[in-house]
Amino acid sequence: MAADNSPTFDKVADIIAGNSEVSRDSITPESHVTEDLGIDSLDFLDIVFAIDKAFGIKVPVEKWTQEVNAGEKPAEHYFVMKNLAARIDELVAAKSA
Amino acid sequence: MRLEYFQMIDRVVSLEGDAIRVESRVPEASPVFEGHFPGHPLVPGVLLVETMAQASGWLILGRNGFARMPFLMSVKEAKFRNFVGPDAPLEVTAKVTHDGSGYTVTEARVTSEGKRIADAEILLRSMEFPHPDLEAAMRANAVRIGLPGYAA
Repeated sequence: MAADNSPTFDKVADIIAGNSEVSRDSITPESHVTEDLGIDSLDFLDIVFAIDKAFGIKVPVEKWTQEVNAGEKPAEHYFVMKNLAARIDELVAAKSA
Repeated sequence: MRLEYFQMIDRVVSLEGDAIRVESRVPEASPVFEGHFPGHPLVPGVLLVETMAQASGWLILGRNGFARMPFLMSVKEAKFRNFVGPDAPLEVTAKVTHDGSGYTVTEARVTSEGKRIADAEILLRSMEFPHPDLEAAMRANAVRIGLPGYAA
């Protein structure tokens, strides 16, 4: 694992490995949650629940999905691991602001 | 309670904020008991899970005003602590423990005359009603069970 992974990335990767059949070693900052890791909708819901609890936030998955479906944002903006970690950092920062 | 129709909830006792309390009575007779079990009729654990899921579902529908339909997605830590047989009165409670984006997590519990029967963590995903018949049936059921705001 690269040494410069963010703590948030590591925490989210641990959560994904703990809530799916994806091995921790296969999760990289470039991994797309559904396309590369093959997370299905139920596992994803469990993962979001675990992220919500771990970070004390409410990941706005529905809003993200709507934005992707409307073509306003590319899916990678939310669902590639390094970007997902960045979005979570933003949510945590917004919460404590 | 009509087990074979998955009609698990008889009456809503209260729905306040993030919690619901409902009542049901296990029927004296049901085809379910012919198989589960001969000579020793018991409400199957899966139907107790369904009962807790339905109580949680009514809680969500009451909170969202039938804006979306909750569907059962996962059940964790389900425990069946005591047998429950024909004609038993059941009290079912559910409380929202997490309100997520498009999903809700509840802690639900079944008791009978003060005795713990079952409990579980239930996760439901809320989606637009996939068919108007389903919404109409759910609204009719809300009247039947006296969901606050929908009582006859």
